[in-house]
Amino acid sequence: MFRKLTLTAATALALTTGQAIAESETHVHDYDFSFEGPFGSFDQMQLQRGLQIYTESCSACHGLELVAFRTLHDEGGPALPEDQMRAYAEFYEVYDAATDEYVPATPADHFPAGTYEGAPDLSLMAKSRAGFHGPLGTGINQFVKGMGGAEYIASILAGYEEAPECAPEDFDGYYNVAFAPGGFPEECIDDHGHHTVPGSWIGMPPPLYGDDVEYADGHSTDIHHEAQDVAAFLMWTAEPKMMARKQAGLAGVILLILLSVLLYLTNKRLWAPHKHKD
Amino acid sequence: MSHADDHQGTRRDFIYYATAGAGVVATGAAVWPLVNQMNPSADVLALASIRVDISAVAPGTQLTVLWQGKPVFIRSRTEEEIAAARAVDVSDLPDQGAENENLLGEEDASDENRALSEDGTWLVQMGICTHLGCVPLGEQGDFGGWFCPCHGSHYDTAGRIRKGPAPRNLLVPVASFIDETTIQLG
Amino acid sequence: MSGIPHDHYEPKTGIEKWLHTRLPIVGLVYDTLMLPTPKNLNWMWIWGIVLAFTLVLQIATGIVLVMHYTPHVDLAFKSVEHIMRDVNGGHMIRYFHANGASLFFVAVYLHMFRGLYYGSYKAPREVTWIIGMLMYLMMMGTAFMGYVLPWGQMSFHGTAVITGLFGAIPFIGESIQTWLLGASAVGQPALNRFFSLHYLLPFVLLGLTIVHVWAFHTTGNNNPTGVEVRRTSKEDAAKDTLPFWPYFVIKDLFALAVVLAVFMAIVGFMPNYLGHPDNYVPANPLATPSHIVPEWYFLPFYAILRAFTADVWIVQLVNFVSFGIIDAKFFGVLAMFGAIAVMALAPWLDTSSVRSGRYRPMFKWWFALLAFDFMVLMWVGAMPTDGIYPYISLIAATYWFGYFLVLLPLLGVIEKPLPQPATIEDDFNAHYAPKAEADASAKSAE
Repeated sequence: MFRKLTLTAATALALTTGQAIAESETHVHDYDFSFEGPFGSFDQMQLQRGLQIYTESCSACHGLELVAFRTLHDEGGPALPEDQMRAYAEFYEVYDAATDEYVPATPADHFPAGTYEGAPDLSLMAKSRAGFHGPLGTGINQFVKGMGGAEYIASILAGYEEAPECAPEDFDGYYNVAFAPGGFPEECIDDHGHHTVPGSWIGMPPPLYGDDVEYADGHSTDIHHEAQDVAAFLMWTAEPKMMARKQAGLAGVILLILLSVLLYLTNKRLWAPHKHKD
Repeated sequence: MSHADDHQGTRRDFIYYATAGAGVVATGAAVWPLVNQMNPSADVLALASIRVDISAVAPGTQLTVLWQGKPVFIRSRTEEEIAAARAVDVSDLPDQGAENENLLGEEDASDENRALSEDGTWLVQMGICTHLGCVPLGEQGDFGGWFCPCHGSHYDTAGRIRKGPAPRNLLVPVASFIDETTIQLG
Repeated sequence: MSGIPHDHYEPKTGIEKWLHTRLPIVGLVYDTLMLPTPKNLNWMWIWGIVLAFTLVLQIATGIVLVMHYTPHVDLAFKSVEHIMRDVNGGHMIRYFHANGASLFFVAVYLHMFRGLYYGSYKAPREVTWIIGMLMYLMMMGTAFMGYVLPWGQMSFHGTAVITGLFGAIPFIGESIQTWLLGASAVGQPALNRFFSLHYLLPFVLLGLTIVHVWAFHTTGNNNPTGVEVRRTSKEDAAKDTLPFWPYFVIKDLFALAVVLAVFMAIVGFMPNYLGHPDNYVPANPLATPSHIVPEWYFLPFYAILRAFTADVWIVQLVNFVSFGIIDAKFFGVLAMFGAIAVMALAPWLDTSSVRSGRYRPMFKWWFALLAFDFMVLMWVGAMPTDGIYPYISLIAATYWFGYFLVLLPLLGVIEKPLPQPATIEDDFNAHYAPKAEADASAKSAE
């Protein structure tokens, strides 16, 4: 009875997937990240490259307030060698209340906050934005694709395009096909209230153009690779314990399945004499 | 269940025991994180060890740093101070233990067992009087070491208690050299 | 405890007798564990144990989280991130707690709909049902206040919206809202008191759980046939029942392990699926998230709240006859609480003499529609309020009330029930033929 009901409900949900909501459409590309899926893990080299992009580009305006330098050395993260992590921390200065002066940061200190007011802190960015909402806003496809926070970031960074012709030349901001909540010129809205072009105008100037950095490992520096690297790094800053979590999850699931099987057998034996009497 | 023969009985018992065992393991795995979370967290542990740059500490001067909320004296001793400390007979001391957390705890209070470097130059100790926890003053007192102004305890140039109410020598914390000019506490 | 006749605890040794005359606690535990339980209970009777376990899980992980959490507007968000990043295993403990709320509601909805289908609310189990409804209300309050504590954007603006519901009450609404928040807007006073109550209410819930269990241990469990256990003698009762320990404990533990395996997979592999990304943005009173959606378990009733807008005729009628006191906003609030109230009144609205839906040919289909209606309400509660959605929510909300207020009383009169088995033993044996018979039928099939 109840199984039937569940099935009906599931079918009902599936049937409605054909429609689409008339809202501003965005192009969030479903990048393949190494950390997706139950067995996925962070690519240590990619996180280190992402750290480099963050350091050389993003940190000019944005901060990473919630991230401590020591965690750059953590297993399951960028895993910088300890001396490199210490050296990296010393690039930054922190205020020492005891001596009332600025001193080089130690591993126990956190990344500084952003310096530019309009730039949000990036520590949790990859968890506070969902790239995938469908179908129909139910978000069911996240079962397969994940929340899409890293995809969203990478898509924004690589989503700057030349402004469409319908927009006035002096319209505020930068046209980005992956960004939804930005400004949108009335000239690009048709008679039915639909947007004629995807995305919207974002306040942040394009941070990456391709070949912005030089990678020590010789990895490609075209804009898509750079965007993915820094998105992966920001996924790590948002969820630094992801590897430990998946490991615990897997161990837990295996243990519980084993326990279920044993309990099933116990239950069956226990009830057998009552279910089929001689 | 009376109709089960011996063979069946053994197999049934095995299943029961295996289930109970798996249940105990699962419960333990669930309870352990709830206990372990009370241990010091990563940010607390990060502050449990700090590095101190000692390149600016000239012989005959002392650097006082705050470590885990407590003062630590790092002194570069002069030849005279070392000699004075090494001339003392351990059996004359009120506290004959080394009070050095880097050692096993059985060692005597000879100067070699208290100094951080083998040549005796560097002496690292907690700046907390073992009497009631005041902070002793450097290069004072009857023995040229430290003097606690609260109740008049005199420590010598190796930080050992010589006179006054304090029961023990100044505690030497866990410390080590990272390189020639850096000491790690903790 | 009165109820089904069975063997009670008899102290044997001297120490047992000594304790029993002073505190009969062993007897209480024995009678609870050895309670005669209908042997034909199906797999929908497992959710009680899942709920009990989840309550313990939430209390245990909650106490642990409080050791690291700071209920202050400037520190709450950071202290949660401290748990996620620095506390040993803190990320798992917090994810267990956050997803535990969802497990709680999955289980409670299945538990409630099981009761609705098999007539568990009907005499003599009305008190069990009413206490259960109280527990459900308390769960919703606790879950809501818990969601405030991380002090993210959804916490903050969700609190503003939900406490705003009370502001819709005529004349005194605003005073009530101010009283709830301790200020004219959401801020430090609200955070502190919600923290206090979020810690307190689970223990009240634990107390109510004991009363809930006490009530149905007095009446005996309902079962899929709705036929009562024979109480004529101990021997007759024993034919219909098996003791709770070990038969149902092991069965329930097996079901719990399966449920937890799924739960563990969600916590381990997609712990943020049921949350909202905006709650990873620190609360900012100056910027509202683009759309505020409650957690999934509130959506059905949230949909009912939004269904009755000012252009619905019944809202206009009520507005007119109440001289404008009950406006659309207040009507929505009344409808939301009314939807839960009519469910609580089910024992008195259902006129059928037959308890289990299994033997009610018409009821079966209307009940299936109610379950579907619940899913529709949950879905439409998350949808925008334009286009076709207001019509869907209005129809779905109307059916919800129609089921309880019209169909339940009516069906009992017009429906012709199917024959029920005479005893639970008959029903059980019909499912599990005696061994000799089963062997014979297996042979004839060859």
